[in-house]
Amino acid sequence: MLETAHPIHKYLRSSKKFPHIWCAGCGIGIFMNALIRAIDRSAYNKDNIVLVSGIGCSSRLPVYVDFNTVHTTHGRALTFATGIKLAKPGMKVITIMGDGDAVSIGGNHFIHAARRNVEITSFIVNNQIYGMTGGQCSPATPHGVKTVTSPYGNAENNFDICLLAEAAGAPFVARSTVYHTKLLDKLMDKALDRKGFSVVEVISQCVTYCGRWMGLNSPVEMMKWLKENSLTVDKAKEMCEEDLKGKIVIGILADRERPTYLEEYEKFVR
Amino acid sequence: MKKPKTAKKMMTYRLLLQGNEACVKGALMAGCLFYAGYPITPASEIMETMARDLPRVGGAFIQMEDEIASLGAVLGASLAGAKSMTATSGPGFSLMQEHIGYGCMAEIPCVIVDVMRGGPSTGLPTQGAQGDVMQARWGTHGDHPIIVLAPSSVYECFDLTVQAFNLSERYRTPVIVLIDEAVAHARESVVLPESGQIAIEERPRPTVPPEWYIPYADPGSGVPPMPKYGDGYRYNVTGLCHDIRGYPTTRKDEVEPLIKRLFSKISKDAERLQWYDSYFTEDALVTVVAYGSVARAGLQAVKQARDKGLKVGLIKLKVLWPFMRHTIVAVMENSPRILVPEMNMGQISREVKRVNRGNCEVLTLNKYDGTLITPREILQRLEEIYPC
Repeated sequence: MLETAHPIHKYLRSSKKFPHIWCAGCGIGIFMNALIRAIDRSAYNKDNIVLVSGIGCSSRLPVYVDFNTVHTTHGRALTFATGIKLAKPGMKVITIMGDGDAVSIGGNHFIHAARRNVEITSFIVNNQIYGMTGGQCSPATPHGVKTVTSPYGNAENNFDICLLAEAAGAPFVARSTVYHTKLLDKLMDKALDRKGFSVVEVISQCVTYCGRWMGLNSPVEMMKWLKENSLTVDKAKEMCEEDLKGKIVIGILADRERPTYLEEYEKFVR
Repeated sequence: MKKPKTAKKMMTYRLLLQGNEACVKGALMAGCLFYAGYPITPASEIMETMARDLPRVGGAFIQMEDEIASLGAVLGASLAGAKSMTATSGPGFSLMQEHIGYGCMAEIPCVIVDVMRGGPSTGLPTQGAQGDVMQARWGTHGDHPIIVLAPSSVYECFDLTVQAFNLSERYRTPVIVLIDEAVAHARESVVLPESGQIAIEERPRPTVPPEWYIPYADPGSGVPPMPKYGDGYRYNVTGLCHDIRGYPTTRKDEVEPLIKRLFSKISKDAERLQWYDSYFTEDALVTVVAYGSVARAGLQAVKQARDKGLKVGLIKLKVLWPFMRHTIVAVMENSPRILVPEMNMGQISREVKRVNRGNCEVLTLNKYDGTLITPREILQRLEEIYPC
């Protein structure tokens, strides 16, 4: 029997002209599914959620789902989200950004949003490449990988997005991959539940570009790569820095209480 | 105790205000409830005054990490339902251009004040200029409509800020207020109207139930109604070309009507947007066309010239964009010569020349050294070019 009661049917836009823009084998669909499940489990409804995105493959997501959605400019999702939250504190504001979006062109907005601690739940879909523009290297592309803009190998080091968020002051920071969907569900629930600026980095596969550059030529190979390269926070604690190189540490990386921007603002001005 | 009859009138606000402060008074009068900004000379007083006054009326103020973020937050707050503004100067205005385009495309009302200083680049941070006229018009990429107002006094800083909010709400578009540094920093004694004495406009709101709401369908006025968040009207906002439901499109039969509507919603009202003051223009053989601080010097010069028996007049422009073609063409029919004094290398004079049908001579007086154009300089130029 067809499973017609899947929550995704409740949240997809029926008026939107499908199909979506994502390539076959892309990881963003898995993320979207997880997001919808998490929202469905939460206390929020369609009307009090604002989904804000930047520019890129993952940032096309809000177009397909039935919330208040804003597809903003490249890297600036957090600036719009800040304005929305301050003007209408009752709304649950969620941002969806890619790696290039969040930490390259939007890097400054990202660290300041973490420092300021405005209540925004921020999901960063990290596919380690600029997919939409044709596979150029991003600040999350691993060192040495050949791309169209690093044809001789990437000379730069990649950002550890979670470490950056934690250092900038984000109270909740976590990471999962699209392979580890059960963990992803758990982390998304926590992130949606937390007050303040919470960050979940979701490592995703781009088989069209990133996979090709890394020599992983099918979605299955990429999924296997995600599986084999990931290890939990607890395991990582026992390992030395050298052994952790190139590995993906998954789980909750920071979870601490900090007063939010709005709480502090109220305290000072009222 | 019996109060004298005039007591109330005397108690109405007579204030000694700076142009920048008057701007804030205007914004608050218009119902502004959100300000995001980044400090910059010579516009910082707007931000400082907002930081102090906005929380008192229940609004929110935030200092963002840069001007790009400032206008992003302003657009977000406006989408959420709050009248919003920011203020900056040339270099910050350049950074805001990306989001001005977004505001035009997604039709998000907001007000941007640009206190002009000498440029290009860091230029002359503490000195005046009128060099951003073309940046205000064409700064963001792509074809787009824009409304730009230019006050020439402290009172007009107040009044035109109120009107900037009104126009941005009426047309759902970013409106820019261009103030030159001399006006922004001038202190003048002004009497401000009380609330209720000045008309305040609100953006059109949907009247249909949410399931019937089509966010970018033309209701006839060219300006689709705009809901606020939380009211059940869920729709998609994007900077991409979009169809009437707000979804990205590349279909030419959807793109062309969108771009046309963005322009026509403002251009159809061009005759309503002819805001100017005219002085001694009925019999003028030379008419001065000026705006901002230069219009003040221009009026002084015209009065002095009249004392000397010269038939000269002045048109003070309050709207710079859309360019007041109707007004200028009418001036050209009566006046054989036009003088456009400007604190730049000729930005509005270029427009005046563009609309000239050859029956008028357009002359300029340009200054770009950071100092003001004085009445004496305009008078000298008038005497030079006066037809004898």
